[in-house]
Amino acid sequence: MAELSENPVVALLPVLPNGELVGSAAGLLGAAARVGTPVGVVVAPEETAGSAAEAAGELGAARVFAAGTPLVQQQLSAPAVEALAAAVDSVGAEAVLLPHDVDGRDIAGRLSVRLGAAVAADAVDLSRDEEGLVVHHSVYGSAFLTESAATHGTLIITVRDGAIDHRAAPVSAQVETLPLESSSVPAAQITEFAGLVEESTRPDLRAAKIVVSGGRGLGSKEGFGLAEQLADALGAALGASRAAVDAGYAPYSYQVGQTGVSVSPDLYIALGISGAVQHQAGMQTAKTIVAVNKDPEAPIFDIADFGIVGDAFDVVPQLIETLKERSAGA
Amino acid sequence: MRILVLVKEVPDSYGERRLNLTTGRADREASEKVLDEITGRAVEAAVSFAESGGEAEVQLLTMGPASAEAMLRKTLAMGADGAYHVVDDRLAAADMTLTSEVLAAAARHIGFDLLIAGDASSDGAAGIVPAMVAERLGVPHLTSLDELQIAESGVTGRRATYGGTFALSAPLPAVVSVTERMPDPRFPGFKGIMSAKKKPLETLTLDDLGVDPQADVPRSIMLSVSETPPRTGGEKITDEGDAGRQLADYLAQERLV
Ligand SMILES: Cc1cc2nc3c(=O)[nH]c(=O)nc-3n(C[C@H](O)[C@H](O)[C@H](O)COP(=O)(O)OP(=O)(O)OC[C@H]3O[C@@H](n4cnc5c(N)ncnc54)[C@H](O)[C@@H]3O)c2cc1C
Ligand SMILES: Nc1ncnc2c1ncn2[C@@H]1O[C@H](COP(=O)(O)O)[C@@H](O)[C@H]1O
Repeated sequence: MAELSENPVVALLPVLPNGELVGSAAGLLGAAARVGTPVGVVVAPEETAGSAAEAAGELGAARVFAAGTPLVQQQLSAPAVEALAAAVDSVGAEAVLLPHDVDGRDIAGRLSVRLGAAVAADAVDLSRDEEGLVVHHSVYGSAFLTESAATHGTLIITVRDGAIDHRAAPVSAQVETLPLESSSVPAAQITEFAGLVEESTRPDLRAAKIVVSGGRGLGSKEGFGLAEQLADALGAALGASRAAVDAGYAPYSYQVGQTGVSVSPDLYIALGISGAVQHQAGMQTAKTIVAVNKDPEAPIFDIADFGIVGDAFDVVPQLIETLKERSAGA
Repeated sequence: MRILVLVKEVPDSYGERRLNLTTGRADREASEKVLDEITGRAVEAAVSFAESGGEAEVQLLTMGPASAEAMLRKTLAMGADGAYHVVDDRLAAADMTLTSEVLAAAARHIGFDLLIAGDASSDGAAGIVPAMVAERLGVPHLTSLDELQIAESGVTGRRATYGGTFALSAPLPAVVSVTERMPDPRFPGFKGIMSAKKKPLETLTLDDLGVDPQADVPRSIMLSVSETPPRTGGEKITDEGDAGRQLADYLAQERLV
């Protein structure tokens, strides 16, 4: 087991309603392992806290603090803030990592004020120099790269989902239960939780290796089915432009871009998307970009590695057919 | 009820946005400055509540350079009653710790029942400031709301969370932030624009608020900034009936399928 006193880095690993860790957990522990010793914190209802803590070990958390408490279903952010503050206090963390998502950002904000600690947002990588931890950011849709650090003290860092490929080696975690009966953090009450109606079997958009996105060019909700078919043929996650979301072709959670999700897959396929700057901001760090668009002047072609000027309703069915033939022939 | 809306001036995301490679800060010359789109929705939420018969006074609050005054005047035309502008040269490189300290101090100075912010600004995209302000003020936060109901007794709303959505509620005072799912901001009419000219706009400094930017607390500092080479296009073909097959070839050759 790694030496626990060496630069402990605490990572909050949120737990899904079904008891699994969120998809970003592996990346958070990987990021922690890059610069120190990963210490996981899980805050979940009693039934699931234990198994989530075990799972954290498999993702590389040498030590896990597990708070099993019904409070997570009652109070927004507060239980996680309490648990993290206790974990930081216990291990003397150099940094606390959280996912850069709606829940992670709130908890990071509260915790930084509570601990009097500096905060860095939306990290795409972490490294270390003589003076300590360095946080890497990608700004304005990755047109600029910046590095930041804390002047002193524990640094609270939110990490962009899917940005860090490094993975920590699995360990059998040393689990400690964290008692959490009440919280002194002023909190909004959670009066209802509504689970997603259709649990998609597709991979998580933020972490997927391949993303297929559809835009307004697909013309209708039925037309958007073309992007779904290609996504399923490729085992890809499904994304959408804001115009497609606004038109009701896809739910908001699919939106890629400045005000949606940022993705960095190996392959990004844009169907009927013009490629507005705000869309590019969320996908231009993809390793390979493919675009199909009727308009040869569409800005998406400026960044596409392989661009097809054509009708998606001609190109995509042929692509799917060809892929099927080849996999059958192979 | 007094509603404070946290509005922010940002570089227009339709234009080129640049960081100054020496200071690492937004290059103010490079782009037009506009009201952050989502904070416009926050103003809309406040103003439409005030119009709906709710006894509410709506004040705008921003921390930003002198140029932000023009943005405040323009935004006042949407129907807010007045505006506060925290402006001080010592805020030029403010991190979130200092920004939230200033906004919380200003909110206390002005007095408030409800603070409405945007969920994440298009230049910082941090989306952390509202929860920090809430913690400093010792009030609950309901952030990233896709739906918001304001009442004398409190606020309720709905927001995304892991695997679903939460319905949330809190008594006032509270801090809320809204997403771009909320109704579009209105276009101010001629009457709004004319009356905005006479609305009170008060300037506040760090000394007015008792905030010391030099205080020895941990801060986030920028170490370096560099420009990434712009991404360029690669192969581009026009479909002549076989583009689907050509794409399959390309994907196979690049080992992507
Ligand atoms: C503050 C702000 C934030 C924003 N955030 C986001 C964001 O997060 N994500 C986002 O996506 N947008 C965002 N936008 C919106 C953005 O500016 C664009 O309006 C949006 O991305 C356009 O979506 P689109 O490409 O699907 O639609 P359009 O721009 O209408 O493009 C449709 C394209 O489809 C092509 N087409 C039509 N028919 C076919 C066909 N049969 N086959 C192939 N091609 C076809 C057309 O040639 C066209 O290029 C934001 C805007 C603002 C102001
Ligand atoms: N300088 C500022 N002045 C006023 N409001 C701000 C400022 N910075 C952030 N905010 C508010 O906090 C929200 C989220 O900002 P951020 O955390 O910077 O992404 C914004 O939409 C604003 O409502």
